[in-house]
Amino acid sequence: MTQKLIVIGAGMATGRMLETLVEAEADYDITLINGEARGNYNRIMLSPVLSGDKTYDEIVTHDDEWYKLYNIKTRFGCFVQNIDRAKRTVTTDAGEVLPYDKLVFGTGSNPFMIPLPGHDLEGVIAYRDLEDTQRMMDLGPAHKCVVIGGGLLGLEAAAGMAARGIDVTVVHIMGHLMERQLDEAAGYLLRKALVDKRITVKCTANSKEILGDSGKVKALLLDDGTELPCNLLVMAVGIRPNIKLAQDAGLAVGRGIHVDDQMVTSDADVLAVGECVEHDGAIFGLVAPLYDQARVAAQTLMGEDAQFVQKELSTKLKVTGCDLFSAGDFADGEGREDIVFRDPGRGVYRRLVIEENTVKGAVMYGDTADSNWFFGLIRDKTDISDMRDTLIFGPAYQGGTPLDPLAAVAALPRDAEICGCNGICKGQIEDAIANGATDLGTVRSATKASGSCGTCTGLVEQVLAVTLGDEFVVPAAAAICGCTDMTHEDVRRMIKSQRLMSMPAVWQECGWKTSCGCHVCRPALNFYLLADWPLEYQDDPQSRFINERKHANIQKDGTFSVVPRMWGGITTPDELRAIANAADKYMVPTVKVTGGQRIDLLGVRGEDLPDIWADLNAAGMVSGHAYSKGLRTVKTCVGTDHCRFGTQDSTGLGIKLEKELWGSWTPHKLKLGVSGCPRNCAEATCKDIGVICVDSGYQVSIGGAAGMDVRETELMVQVATEEEAIDVIKAVTQLYRENAKYLDRIYKWMGKVGHDWIKERVEAEGPALVDRFELSQSIYRQDPWAEHAQTKADRYQPLANLSLEAAE
Amino acid sequence: MTDWIDIASLENVPKRGARMVKTAFGCVAVFRTAENEVFALDNACPHKAGPLAEGIVHGKSVTCPLHNWVISLETGEAQGADEGRVATYPARVENGRILLDRVFLKARVAA
Repeated sequence: MTQKLIVIGAGMATGRMLETLVEAEADYDITLINGEARGNYNRIMLSPVLSGDKTYDEIVTHDDEWYKLYNIKTRFGCFVQNIDRAKRTVTTDAGEVLPYDKLVFGTGSNPFMIPLPGHDLEGVIAYRDLEDTQRMMDLGPAHKCVVIGGGLLGLEAAAGMAARGIDVTVVHIMGHLMERQLDEAAGYLLRKALVDKRITVKCTANSKEILGDSGKVKALLLDDGTELPCNLLVMAVGIRPNIKLAQDAGLAVGRGIHVDDQMVTSDADVLAVGECVEHDGAIFGLVAPLYDQARVAAQTLMGEDAQFVQKELSTKLKVTGCDLFSAGDFADGEGREDIVFRDPGRGVYRRLVIEENTVKGAVMYGDTADSNWFFGLIRDKTDISDMRDTLIFGPAYQGGTPLDPLAAVAALPRDAEICGCNGICKGQIEDAIANGATDLGTVRSATKASGSCGTCTGLVEQVLAVTLGDEFVVPAAAAICGCTDMTHEDVRRMIKSQRLMSMPAVWQECGWKTSCGCHVCRPALNFYLLADWPLEYQDDPQSRFINERKHANIQKDGTFSVVPRMWGGITTPDELRAIANAADKYMVPTVKVTGGQRIDLLGVRGEDLPDIWADLNAAGMVSGHAYSKGLRTVKTCVGTDHCRFGTQDSTGLGIKLEKELWGSWTPHKLKLGVSGCPRNCAEATCKDIGVICVDSGYQVSIGGAAGMDVRETELMVQVATEEEAIDVIKAVTQLYRENAKYLDRIYKWMGKVGHDWIKERVEAEGPALVDRFELSQSIYRQDPWAEHAQTKADRYQPLANLSLEAAE
Repeated sequence: MTDWIDIASLENVPKRGARMVKTAFGCVAVFRTAENEVFALDNACPHKAGPLAEGIVHGKSVTCPLHNWVISLETGEAQGADEGRVATYPARVENGRILLDRVFLKARVAA
C-alpha cells in the first residue's frame, strides 16, 4: 500500500532527496511543506542573483510543473505548528492535520544574529533567502551598506552589492578574511582583490552597537569609536541548525537533530537531512555532504541499505571572481612541513602541508586549476617523496623549473617607483635599457636611479636582470635571510613603493619562501612596517625579540633587568627612594649605574615585571627603553646650571630632546649626548647623535660609535637655538628610520649613503621629516610599562601551575 | 594511557608565541603557532638553558632568545649546525582549550 511521506522544508537536500525518490518511482504519496512561499531553488546561486549575473527563475531547481508531474502535493508559505508522533500527524499553521507514515525534516538552518544593541532595527537583515537578496538588490547605487562577517556568505553579499554600485564595508572580527578556510597569506590576497573592487574591509574590528534613527538603521559603531554609516546592515556571521520543531516534537537533538548513518532520527519513522542534522558530532554547511545525505535518506525510505559516511572535504570557491581552494587539514597536528609557492605577478599563492611524505592539506589562491590533483593526493594519501621538489608546481611540472627569484621585480608595473630619492620608476629604467644601458653605471648616468642614497641598487640590478635576461648577471647581494632572495634595501623599497602595510602583504609581494618568516626577517619587517606606516600598521609583539616584547633586558639566567627613565640623567631623592624600595621589595640582586647615566636593576624575575613597573610608575617614572632598538638615553653634563665653563643649558636641552624622542623605534639603538662646552664631558662626539654647545649656539653631529667600532661624530650643522637643534635631530632621526637597514647604527648607515646625502636631505626636507616623525610619535610616545602593567600583566604569569597536580 | 589535563584557553597564548607552565619538575613552555597548533617543550635550550618560551616562534620552530639557536617544536632538535635536543611532551587543542598529558609530565621526574 502506498505510504504517506511528509517533507518539511524545501531546501537543497530535500530537493535532491525528492528527485532520487521520484526517479526510482518510490511508492510514496508525498507532501512538501515549506515556510518560504516557493519550492526548491539553488540557494548557492543567490549570490549570482544578487550580483545580477542570474535571475531567480534561472536558479529554481523544481518548479510547479515538476511537482505536478510527479504528483507531489505542496504547502508553500506554510509553517508546521505541531507534530504528534504518537498519532503520526503534522498540524500546519492553517489548521490542516496531515497524517504520515514517514516524516523527513529538512528544516535547514537559521542565520545567527549577534544580539548587538539595535539588531532589531529596520534595515538589519541576514543573508539567507530570496527576500534578503531582494532587500539588497532594492538598495540601489549610491547607498551605503555594512556587512558584518568576513566569511564566505558575507563576502558574497559584499561583492554582489558592490557590483551593483553600492558602497560596501565589510567588518570582520578576526585578523584576516575567511580564517576558517584560508591562512593569512591567502586572506591578504583576497582582501586585496576586494579592495580593488572598491569594497572597504575592516579586520580585527569589533562591532559595538547598531545605531538607528526613528527605528531605522543609520550606522554601525565599532568599539574603537569608528562610526560606519549605512542604509542597510547585513549580518552574515554564521548559521545554526534549525532544530526548534524537532526539539518540540521530542526528538533527540544536540547542536543539530541527531541522526544515524541511515539519516534516521531517534524516532524510526522520522528522518532528517541537510543543515539541520548532526551526524557523529558534525554539522554540515557545504552542499556535497548534503547531497550524500539526501541520497542515503531516499534509499532508507525505499528500504534499501545505505550508509552516510563523512568524507574528506575540499572547499573550492569563487569569491568575487577570485579562485580559492582549501582542502584537508592545514592547521593542526605534529610532524608537518610546509611547501609554499608565491607568484606575486599573477597573485598566486599555494601552500601544501606535508606529513610523512603525504599531502595533508592544501590552500590555493588565484590559480586553482590543479586543485583536483592536489585533492586526490590528499584523499588517496599518495606518497609524494619522489616528486617533492616540484610537487608545488602541480601535475604539469613534475621535473619542472625552480622558482624564479626575480618574479617579484618582474611583476612590478612600469609606474612602480624604484628610486625614491630621484623619483625614478621601473618604466624609466626599462626605457634607459632599451636605449642602450647595459649595467648599473649606465642606468645610473641615464636616469640617476640609485645615484643618491643607493639603497635601491639591488632593485635596479634586478630590473636590469629581468629586462636583459641572461645578458646581465645580478651581483650577489646578501638577502635578509633564507626566507627571501631580497636584500633589506629591496624590501624597504617594495614596502614603500607598493604600499605594503602588513606582513602577509610583504611575504606575498616579495615572494617569501616560508609561510611566516623567521627570527631574522620578522623583527626587521615589523620595524620597516611600523616606521613607514605608523597609522596603518599594528605593531606585532610576536615579531619582536623578547626584550622589546617584554620591555626589559633578558639576562643569561632568564631574569630581566629594569631601567627606569631618568630624563637627561637627572633624578631626585624621591625617585631614588622609590628605586631603592623596589630593589628591596623584589629582592633585586644587583643595582648598577649605567654608562648612559641611569640605574639598572638586574635580576628581576619575569613574573615580577608588571608589579615593579607599577611601583616605579607610581613614583612618576616610566620605561627607560634600555632594551630597545629605539631612543635609549640622552646623556648630559650639568651645563650652565652649575659648571663654570658651560655655555648653554645642556641638561635642559638633553631633557627636552629625551621628552621629544622617547618611545620612538629606530633601526638600531639610538644614543644621544649633549655637552655644555667643547670639553665634552657628556662624551657627545661618540654618540649616534651628539650636540656640543658653544657660545654662538649648538653643533649637531652624527655617526659616532663607542662599541665594537669607535668613531667620532661628523658635524652636520650648527644652529643658533634649542628649537632648531631639536628639529634637526628629529629630522635626522626620521631620515634614519625611513632609510636605514634594520640593525645598522647611524654610523653604518652613513657609511653607505654618505654624510653629504644625509645633510642634503635634512636641509631640503627638514620640516616634512619632522612632521612624519611627530605623526609616528603620536602613537609611540607612550609608556609601555604602564600599558603592560595595567592591561597585560597576566601575560607575565605562568599559563598554569601544575606543581601540585603532578606531585599527587 | 594518556590522561589529559586542561591547562588554559588557547586564546591565552598569543599566536606565534608561548607561555610557561610550572610543574613540580621544572618549567614547560607551551607554544602556539600561526596555524593554532600547540607544542609543549622543556623551557630550557640545550645550549645554555635559555628560556625558549621567550623566543620568536616561526613556522614550527622557536629561536632561543639567548643565542639564537633554532629548536624544532615538533622534535625538540636543534636545527642547522647546532646539536642538542630538548624534551617534548604531548599537547593538543580541543574545543579551544589547551590540553597536556599528565602521565608525561609525571614521567619527567623519572627520566
